[in-house]
Order: sequence, then structure tokens, then C-alpha cells
Amino acid sequence: MLLRTVTTGLTVVALGLTAAACGAPATDSKTIRVVYRNYSDFPQMDDFMKVVKKEFEAANPGLTAQLNPITSLDSDYLAKVQLMQRSPSTAPDVLFEDSYNVNADAAAGYLLPLDDQLKNWPDWNEQFIDATKQAGRATDGKTYAVPMGTDTRGIWFNKTVFAKAGLPTDWHPTSWDEVLAAARKIKQSQPDVEPMYMPLGKPSTEAVSMQTLEMLLYGTDTKDLYSESDKKWVAPSKGMNDALHFVSTAMTEHLAQTAAEAEDTQFAATQMTTRMSKDKIGFMIDGGWYARYWAPGGVSPWPEWTKTMGTTAFPTQHGQAPGKVTLSGGWTLAVGGSTGNAEAAFKFLTVALNKKNSTDIDVNCSWLPVRKDVRADPRLAEKDPTVPFWSDLVSITRYRPTLPEYPQVSNAMQVAADSVVNGGDPDQATRKWVEDVQKVVGADKTRNG
Amino acid sequence: MARNGKRVLAWLPPMAPSVVLLGLFVVGPIAWCLYAAFTNTALTGIAARRPQFVGLDNFKNLFTSADVGASLWLTVLFVLGSAVVGQNGAGMLLAVFMQRRSRVLRGIVGTIVVAAWVLPEVVAAFAVYAFLNTNGTLNEVLGALGLGGQNWLYTAPLFAVVLANIWRGTAFSMLVYQAALSEVPSDLTEAAEVDGAGPVRRFWHVVLPVIRRTVVTNLMLITLQTLGVFALIFVLTAGGPDNKTRTLPLLMYEQAFKFGQIGYGTAIAVVLLALGAVFSLVYIRSLKTEV
Repeated sequence: MLLRTVTTGLTVVALGLTAAACGAPATDSKTIRVVYRNYSDFPQMDDFMKVVKKEFEAANPGLTAQLNPITSLDSDYLAKVQLMQRSPSTAPDVLFEDSYNVNADAAAGYLLPLDDQLKNWPDWNEQFIDATKQAGRATDGKTYAVPMGTDTRGIWFNKTVFAKAGLPTDWHPTSWDEVLAAARKIKQSQPDVEPMYMPLGKPSTEAVSMQTLEMLLYGTDTKDLYSESDKKWVAPSKGMNDALHFVSTAMTEHLAQTAAEAEDTQFAATQMTTRMSKDKIGFMIDGGWYARYWAPGGVSPWPEWTKTMGTTAFPTQHGQAPGKVTLSGGWTLAVGGSTGNAEAAFKFLTVALNKKNSTDIDVNCSWLPVRKDVRADPRLAEKDPTVPFWSDLVSITRYRPTLPEYPQVSNAMQVAADSVVNGGDPDQATRKWVEDVQKVVGADKTRNG
Repeated sequence: MARNGKRVLAWLPPMAPSVVLLGLFVVGPIAWCLYAAFTNTALTGIAARRPQFVGLDNFKNLFTSADVGASLWLTVLFVLGSAVVGQNGAGMLLAVFMQRRSRVLRGIVGTIVVAAWVLPEVVAAFAVYAFLNTNGTLNEVLGALGLGGQNWLYTAPLFAVVLANIWRGTAFSMLVYQAALSEVPSDLTEAAEVDGAGPVRRFWHVVLPVIRRTVVTNLMLITLQTLGVFALIFVLTAGGPDNKTRTLPLLMYEQAFKFGQIGYGTAIAVVLLALGAVFSLVYIRSLKTEV
């Protein structure tokens, strides 16, 4: 009997503790919770936030910033944070947010509109480059997030490989055909080199849509995935069909990574950067941030990269104006919709994104600056001499249609690319993609293009 | 009435904690899952703030979707191949062959088999990845023997994940059968032996009927375990290539957490639950029919 009473008692206590842990809000109005991603491929944000926390607390006695790093890969961070946002007791006050998610999260009420506070922040009015402010603006016209940095995409090419293939080391392809021709030349001269790399295969998820298919699609006469003017998704799409044919050509002529490598869950993470530094890849269509993997302390440090690697813009299909194409994304800081102290949260944001801290994070992450005064800072080009090149691309950049349906449309693109990678017919893959898109957004919200 | 009340008072207090815990962490989530399956609940977007009741829409989409059909079929193949045939068969064989062997041999074999089982799922998955990938152990061994290797995870993905799950899960069946076999009365097998029955006949007609209930219980447990396998497949193939290993749990994850469609994802969970119930029914029925 005694034993039973004791056991029951203990269980009740344990239950009480569990309930308390579940229910109590973790922050009060004096503490703000700051949520961001921390992982071995991205340690910069944690170092950054620790500095900002110190400065914020020194400038605002009585307020505390509680750092809440999320240990996860980029692809899982989104879902983890969205699950936290579902409950006010775990929702962040300040959030490291992918610009492509601002629209959907704003619609969900997860984010706080910042227009009133931004109006009174001189830096916002004077220093932030107007084009980049789009990153935090939702379809309702309000601004929900402040950009930390942006990025552009293009071609990284290995000059050693190019020289051996008899290709120019100041390469400027002007059409898709020239890109493929260079790949063929590399293949002929160096059979053990993979001529080109572009994100493909199921494990590469969103990169397949953005870095590969959209880079191609936006350079065709179709131009768009979603047409802002008539608010319709472009499907069927001649451009998408051409893009899939490009991928198909690269795969069937063995100009890109093999299908098996594309489907390897660890390939991009473990082997890509190293192969590049060993002159085993001719060129890759990828983001300008790549230099951070080669920097000291990166995934595969490679001090000689500045001499070996060249950069060039990705051309439009037949050289249509403006002759090159790029896409941008970028990360922002936002304030949680259910924050208990919006004022403190915004203060934290202004400390994090002042001139000094913006410069630090852009330099450390190889991001392109979104502030005019940061752009002028010589440290950026010192650390990564390709920054001016990638920054110049901002003038012609395009953003993804970041509507709530986008992730599913994007997935349909990945499915189409995946079937082509595995030997499928590009025309059939396009037809299936059109069906999928029409199913997701509704046939009445699509148009031919 | 008073007597009844007293009886309730006698069992309720000690039971209450477990009832509450079960309600909170088992019944609650299942009930929420059943409810969410009939809504358009989403991780983000307008449906995250105001989810709407959509009736049977999720299930209509689900049953007309080629993806779900393919995943359902893959799940059944995965369960039959890796649990019912693989783990169950290999576990039984190991248990039978290790019966009445020397203590040393039992110790060595047992440790090797159980080692795979005590590894955390993710670690086990990485071990299999290291074994099967292009530069993996298997290809090294084949290369040393003068045979060409291949990327097994790409050329035979379903086989690879089935193999991985057999390797990882066999220990459980082996332990269960070792315990069951040691309970088979030796006078029964000895009597059969005197009657002239060979080892196969003895096993089939004497041992198996005795441990029949254990077999069914084991099948039920490993089937339900295998139905939910996620991390193993996710690490090895992420459901690819070309969705050839996207079982229902992976499809559910993709819909719920990649596309944020919690409602649709929970509808898939309900299908998974129903599939588990079907398997369980088959097993329970086979227990009832007496030999």
C-alpha cells in the first residue's frame, strides 16, 4: 500500500512537471527569443548572434536576448520553425527567415508588419537598397522582414580545366549552346573530368528548381514561372520544356554528374566542393556564396580558389536581352507575430542589421550586401574577390514567385527534373508537370506561355 | 452502488497517472490526427491561421493520387520483404541454428546480430550507406575480387533499404524465438525423434505448432515497427531515386513538412494506421483458428 501511494505520488509530481513544461510561456516581456539556424555547414550565424546579443543587452539594460539556435539542415529548418510558430509559447520574437517564406508566413499571422517602426529607422530610409526591400514585402504591400544579405547565381568555372580543354580562361558564354559546347570540349579533352554540375536529383530539393530549372526558364522567351501582371502561373510552358531538354541533353551526353551521383543523398554535401578543388569538375551553375565553403574553416578549405576559379553570368537561351540571367533569394530578420515585446524585438533587429554587424555577417557568409554603406566596404572584396561580380548581377536579378503554392509547384518541377535525370522523356515530363501544376493551383489560375 | 463506487476508488487512483499519460500523449495526438485529416490545416499560409473543415477532400485526393498508390504498394513490399520474410525468417533461422550450440558460438553470433539492433537508427543507416555507396565497403570487396561494383543505392534502392532493415531488425526476432524455443518441452521433440521424424519434420510438426502464438505476436510487432520506418530510408535514399523508395511515412513527411500540408499529411497517416490495422487483423485471426 505504501509503495503504491509513493509511486502514485511520484507519478503525479512527474505529470505536473510535464504539464508545466508544456504550458508555460518561455519568455516574458523582458526577454526576447531569437531563433536561427546553426549547423556545421553554417556556423556563422551562431557567432554573429552571440555578438549581437551582447551589444543589444549592453545598449538596453533590463532586456535579455535568449538565443535559440535550431540545429538542422537548411531543408529542415523551415518546417521546424513553422512548428514552433504554431504555438505562442514556443514562437520566436526575432526570427532568421528565408525571404522566400515571408509571404506565406505573413498570411499565417506568424510575422508582425514592421512598416510603422521602419518609418522611424533612418538606416532603412537612407541605406537599404530599394530593390532588396522587396525581399521582406508580402503581397499585401506591408513589409514583414528586413533583409540581411542577398545572393545571385551564375557559373563558377575551373580555369585549369578550361586551359587544358583549350577554352578561354575569361569565358563568357552567350547562349545555352555555347555552354553545352564548352562541356563537350571538356569531355573530349579530359574524360575523367565531369564537365558541368548543376543541382539535380531528389536530395537537392529546392536548388533543383531555383538554381537549375528557373535559371534556364527565366532565360527563355517564356520568361516567367508566375506572371505578376495577370496573376497566373505559366503552364503549359515552352520555356520549361526547353529547360528540361537542356537537362536531358546534359544527362544523355554525360556532360553533367551521373544520375547515381545526383540521387546520392550525401554527394552534394561531401564530394562536390572537394572535386571542384581537385580539378575534377569543369564548371558549375550555382550560387555566388560558394566561396564560403573554400574559406578557412569552411567545409573544404582551398586557399588557391581565387586563382583557379573564374565566374561568369549564366546566358539566356539564345542570347536574348539582357543576355544573362540570375535569381536571388536571401535571408532576413523578422519579428514574430505573437511577440510579447515588439519594441524590444525590433530594437534587436536594428542592432543586428546596423552597418557594422551587417558588414560582418555579409563578409562571413559571402552574402551580397543590401546596404549601400556596406557595399562600399573594402573588406567584402578583400575576403572574396568575386563579390563585385555577383553584386553587379543584382541589377538584373529575378525573385521566385513566393506564393503559398510555390513549394508544391517547385516540387512538381523537381519531380519533372528527376524523371529526366533518370532517363525520362523531357516532353512527357513537361506534360506531367503541367498536370501537376494545374492540380495544385487550379487550371483557371494558369495560362499558356 | 456504494460498493461499485468503492471498487472504482480502489482501481482508479493507481491507474489514473497512466490513463492521463496515455490520453495526453497517445490518444490525444491520434484524435487530433483524425480531426486534422478532415481539414486543410497547413504549416503556413492562410490555412495555418484559419484551417477549414474540408470533409472528405483529402481522402478523395489521396485515393485518386498515383503517388499514394505507388507509396502504398512500396510500403507493403517493404513490410513483406524486410519484416515478414526477412527479419522473421532470418531471426527464426538464427534461433534454430544456435539452439544447443556452444556458449561461445552463441555469444559471438548473438553479439554481432544484436549490435545492429542497439545502434540508433540514424547511425545504423549511415553504416549501411557506408557499406553500399559507390565508394563503399561492398564495392571495395567486389573490386578486390576482380568484380565490378555499382552504386547499389541507385541501381537497387528498394533492395538496399529492405536489406538495411533486415540487418537492423533481425536481432529482435532472434531473441524472441530463442526465448520461445527454449520453452518447447524437450520430451515432445524427443518423442518425435524416437518415432523417426527428421529435424525438418520435427520442426514443422512439433516445434512450430508449440511456438505458433509467439510467431504471430512477433510478426505483429515487427510489422507495426516496420510500417513506421522513416529515418533509415530517409538517410539512405531520401525516398529516391525517382521515388522508388518513397514509402508512406516518407510521403507523409514530404506532404506535411515539405509542402506544409498538415491536413493531407495526417490523412496519409490515417491510411498508414488503417494498413497497420489490416495487418493486425490478419494476424489476430490466424491466432484464433486452432490447428
